[in-house]
Amino acid sequence: MKALKSEKLNVEEELCKGCGICVTFCPKNVLKIEDGKVAIVDIDSCIQCGLCELRCPDYAIYLGGK
Amino acid sequence: MGNNLIEKYYRTERLPHIWCPGCGNGIVLRAIVKAIDNLGLNKDDICVVSGIGCSSRATGYLDFNTVHTTHGRALAFATGIKLANPNLHVIVITGDGDCAAIGGNHLIHAARRNIDITTVVFNNNIYGMTGGQYSPTTPTGDKGTTAPYGNIDPNFDLCELAKSAGATYVSRSTVYGANMITKQVEEGIKNKGFSFIEALTICPTYYGRKNKKGDAPEMINQLKEMTINVDAYYKLPQEKREGRIVIGELYRVQREEYIEKYNRLINSF
Repeated sequence: MKALKSEKLNVEEELCKGCGICVTFCPKNVLKIEDGKVAIVDIDSCIQCGLCELRCPDYAIYLGGK
Repeated sequence: MGNNLIEKYYRTERLPHIWCPGCGNGIVLRAIVKAIDNLGLNKDDICVVSGIGCSSRATGYLDFNTVHTTHGRALAFATGIKLANPNLHVIVITGDGDCAAIGGNHLIHAARRNIDITTVVFNNNIYGMTGGQYSPTTPTGDKGTTAPYGNIDPNFDLCELAKSAGATYVSRSTVYGANMITKQVEEGIKNKGFSFIEALTICPTYYGRKNKKGDAPEMINQLKEMTINVDAYYKLPQEKREGRIVIGELYRVQREEYIEKYNRLINSF
């Protein structure tokens, strides 16, 4: 039951290489590439599906954590 | 760094890794680590061995017992490690060139012995590290820097090879469905015998650019289009099966494991 748990979407900018995989697979258009790095542009639409974290090859975006 | 999974299993001071933007290797590596996390294994009970190539850089980023060995010989080193300490879960990370070309011999003999090693092949269809030479898994007709007019060699089906050579667990998955890689690595570690997992990944820098496959997200979507789950595949009529890559658990059989045999021999004296 993912919906009951609220996890924050985090970006580690220094790890991001700007490949755009997370932006393409985000079903809610939460993300965008700005100046070669990923940026969260619409956090209110985020449904915490975790597809960005699953397919980010650089571990630059993730849900939850510390 | 606040990402719990990465923090726990990676040498985070080594990140960002060396792989190109959009390279799928990072996705496969995370899936492997997730499998280890799901199984709840102790970090010290795991040994990850790799050969040479883009994929084989993975061991440098992992906080387990790791060995970065010579080209194609990861399985030979892993066999020695497993025989010396059978309590270790030995995982081999290798690439398509490392495993199927220079290391092809080690692959078939490790499979023949059915030694308890889990092998994960990062198949990106090219030699990325050395600049895009065609590999044994480059599809026929596709270009590499050493095949500027298109590769005329038939490409290897690595899963068929492993199965024929004697592996007792064989499966294939893609970076599109990274959770499937995790599931298969879990099954591979649990299988007492030689497990072979082919993870189809992407090389946007060399294979993608040379063959005009588009950028990383496009290439991941192409993997989704090209592949079909094993259950769905066998329901398709013969004429529709052509050209589809089958993913899922392809083969599983019970056969006596090598170290068990070896110990039986020792104990017989």
